[in-house]
Amino acid sequence: MWFYEKKLQYPVKVSECNPRLAKYLIEQYGGADGELSAALRYLNQRYSIPDKVIGLLTDIGTEEFAHLEMIATMVYKLTKDATPEQMKEAGLGAHYANHDHALFYHDAAGNPWTATYIQAKGDPIADLYEDIAAEEKARATYQWIINMSDDPSLNDGLKFLREREIVHSQRFREAVEILKFERDRKQIF
Amino acid sequence: MKQAANPDKERHALMEKIQMVDFALVELTLYLDTHPQDSQAIQQFNQLAVESRDLKGAYEKRFGPLRQFGGSFSGYPWNWGDTPWPWQV
Repeated sequence: MWFYEKKLQYPVKVSECNPRLAKYLIEQYGGADGELSAALRYLNQRYSIPDKVIGLLTDIGTEEFAHLEMIATMVYKLTKDATPEQMKEAGLGAHYANHDHALFYHDAAGNPWTATYIQAKGDPIADLYEDIAAEEKARATYQWIINMSDDPSLNDGLKFLREREIVHSQRFREAVEILKFERDRKQIF
Repeated sequence: MKQAANPDKERHALMEKIQMVDFALVELTLYLDTHPQDSQAIQQFNQLAVESRDLKGAYEKRFGPLRQFGGSFSGYPWNWGDTPWPWQV
């Protein structure tokens, strides 16, 4: 089971109301390579992955939910004081028409989240390679958003999240080596 | 000169300490998942686990429960739902 803790993994600050940035950031909320996809992907793959790496998938999957909460906090803070007019100007008119200031799992272009973004192949190497690719894509997305953001407070949080993608990618690469080692060991004896 | 107590500032400072220690625990957890034989890292993990527990105990005495479903004690009346939630800070 899971427990909620009433704290963010890392402090989230924004300098000012900026719905335009929120529109881009929502990519990491309900986009293909976003935090929701990541959490659901790993926590679903872990049931059929070899025992040696179940712990890692459980722990990274859980951390992704903490990242999802950070993104939600960023989007919430960037949009909570925006007028309908400001939402419209920021390209969030369609979002406002359907959701007011509520968050919704869609990407920056408005496409709703879909399970087809994630895979569980039952083949441990195929699954872990997908996970490594997912981390690298999420890292790149954070970079593109940072490149477009002029909010230093927000960027501090985004840089933390970008760094986490790198660490996760490295851990998944180690998991692949662990499984390869196990496979070879079994062939020798 | 003694400064007037600023609960918001104190809450923030204590929360930041908890976030630092807990971040180290997340990092050590992922590291140990792929390096289970590193006894030094395990020692560090166990030390920080105690530190995290103590810091949260101190925070909760002043600012209310952090941990859900019995991870923290409640005051009277039930104060789990008290604001601020993390995104409201």
